[in-house]
Amino acid sequence: MSGFLRRVGAMVRKEFLQLLRDRVSFATMIMIPLLQLVLFGYAINTTPRHLPTAVLAYENTPLTRSILAAIENTKYFAVTHHPTSAAEAEHLMRAGDVLFVVEIPAGFERAVVRGEDPSMLVAADATDPVASGSAIATLRNIVDTSVRRERFATDKGPQGSGLEGAPPPFEIITHARYNPAAVTQLNIVPGLLGTILTMTMLIFTALSVTREIERGTMETLLAMPIRPVEVMLGKIAPYVMVGAVQATMIVVAGIFLFKVPVVGSMELLTALTALFIVTNLSIGYTFSTLAQNQLQAVQMTFMYFLPNILLSGFMFPFAGMPRWAQWISETLPLTHYLRMVRGILLKGAAVADLSQDILALSAIMLVAMVIAVKRFRQTLD
Amino acid sequence: MTGSAAGPAAPGGDAADYVIEVEGLSKSFGDRAVVRDLSMRVRRGQIYGFLGPNGSGKTTTIRMLCGLLTPDSGHGTCLGYDILTQSRAIRRHVGYMTQRFSLYADLSVRENLEFVARIYGVPNPVKAARDAVERLGLGGRERQLAGSLSGGWKQRLALGACILPSPQLLLLDEPTAGVDPKARREFWMQIHELAADGLTVLVSTHYMDEAERCHEIAYIAYGELLAQGTVEQVVAHSGLTTWSVSGGDPAALARELAEQPGVEMVAPFGTSVHVGGHDDAALARAIEPFRARPELVWRQDAPTLEDVFIDLMSRSKDNFR
Repeated sequence: MSGFLRRVGAMVRKEFLQLLRDRVSFATMIMIPLLQLVLFGYAINTTPRHLPTAVLAYENTPLTRSILAAIENTKYFAVTHHPTSAAEAEHLMRAGDVLFVVEIPAGFERAVVRGEDPSMLVAADATDPVASGSAIATLRNIVDTSVRRERFATDKGPQGSGLEGAPPPFEIITHARYNPAAVTQLNIVPGLLGTILTMTMLIFTALSVTREIERGTMETLLAMPIRPVEVMLGKIAPYVMVGAVQATMIVVAGIFLFKVPVVGSMELLTALTALFIVTNLSIGYTFSTLAQNQLQAVQMTFMYFLPNILLSGFMFPFAGMPRWAQWISETLPLTHYLRMVRGILLKGAAVADLSQDILALSAIMLVAMVIAVKRFRQTLD
Repeated sequence: MTGSAAGPAAPGGDAADYVIEVEGLSKSFGDRAVVRDLSMRVRRGQIYGFLGPNGSGKTTTIRMLCGLLTPDSGHGTCLGYDILTQSRAIRRHVGYMTQRFSLYADLSVRENLEFVARIYGVPNPVKAARDAVERLGLGGRERQLAGSLSGGWKQRLALGACILPSPQLLLLDEPTAGVDPKARREFWMQIHELAADGLTVLVSTHYMDEAERCHEIAYIAYGELLAQGTVEQVVAHSGLTTWSVSGGDPAALARELAEQPGVEMVAPFGTSVHVGGHDDAALARAIEPFRARPELVWRQDAPTLEDVFIDLMSRSKDNFR
């Protein structure tokens, strides 16, 4: 028995020493729980508030102002844009800049005063049912009471006290767009396309350089007349094909199994998916040049994957996150790609709608490639 | 960078006779100096043996020569290209065989050779690889994964990959470590054939018999070049006098002899003991009482290369430690 304990003790001691010496593993052990805690605790909100809203007002009257004030007072909506045309409002929504468009028709107040029961339109981007759901659900109720209170307070009611208790004489028509039945799959499946590509592409290239170092082949490779850029492109290219096959599989499955609509251009989706694949491969390759061995490369990939899942808008609504978390997620390729893929498949977004995300994704790719090439050691120093 | 202007020195002149010409190379990792102020010259078409104990800086020196490591100080040329600024050109014309097998274990013999041929821009890489397979006697094994080859075949393949792009200089880092004697002999025959064709070969080794197969040798210990020249020159310059004694218990004899003043080197060899020192008079005095013992047979002999190196090593150790 004492021999048993001694041997187990020796083994435990050895494992601890190795653990302490492996800095990256140690960092992962500390960082992953910390990251999860902070992100889940502070950044993630499944009933998001202050959702970006565009107001397309064809008139500016005391009544419309009080309605808008009421909408903002619900805390669910934050008026961020004031488009001047329906086309502009449409663009904002396709680009994912706003989740709601409130449209107040011309002659709205006059129609209310005349008792014509006019309607205002609230269009919601329902691609992510979680993000817009609770806001829509409370909209009618809260606006009713707020507007009524407003009328009492300012005594603006045209018929004095005869109408309190009754709903205001106008209608709010909500229009859940792109995903009217609030089918979760329509949001999740395009999201999965981005998530799966991120995971697989990163791992492939993250291992590529460290594998050469671990197997000792790097020394021969370095002694050959080949440039770092050539090594990088040579290692990335084959996986672009792999990524293309994966993407095709997911899109086909999405269309046939989950009935995901293809509203926009398939060509655009293909081009942007290629951009996204190359970006992820570049980032994985960068990890590969930073890590000492394959295990570290995997750990780095995992650490990177975590915020991608939690902050990109894949699992939890982007709009519900605090500003700092949104800034972080703007640096993640998946955030931009999710806007692209959901925009194209569900909303029919075109290049003009996605230009910001395309630029951001290209910039991330270039930064990753530059770091990778700079980091790639041409010598064994 | 093509190196055409500042490239290889014109053939003919003095400079062209030396393929490697470096001066004052130093390299440290952290605060550990691995190579100190090393200068060496290697003539074209020579087999230059690079000897020294483990950790003496042989690999580091070779890596500096082919541009894999940047020297902290010093300068020089390799094939007429500056080792500090023209390492890309050097890489094109140097074949470097690493100490550890470093071709792709998960590629077949032929795939490895084709990869090398393509990287170096050898015309018709498929044919070049096929020819190399034949030349190496690897016919029938070209589809085998490189990782599954035995030690001797791996070494043969590695050398084949090195010479495939027709380099002008071969840097071989302990190429025969862990290879059986027959494969070693064949390997050295091939090296001599290559040198006869005008290729310059710098080869590091631990084996004394291999050192004696070289045209010239250099001995490096603790990062310093301690001796350089032909085997005969190195032995002659050592200033060692050696005696061989047989009969009696070699282990006990070695212990006793080592304590005598004037005896600087004692090494048991089977049933005999090799004794040496720099001061032959002092050595003679030291062994005097032992010569009186009837069971011992004494014979003065020439120092071997190994005697010389062990002596150099122990003396340099005294200087540095």
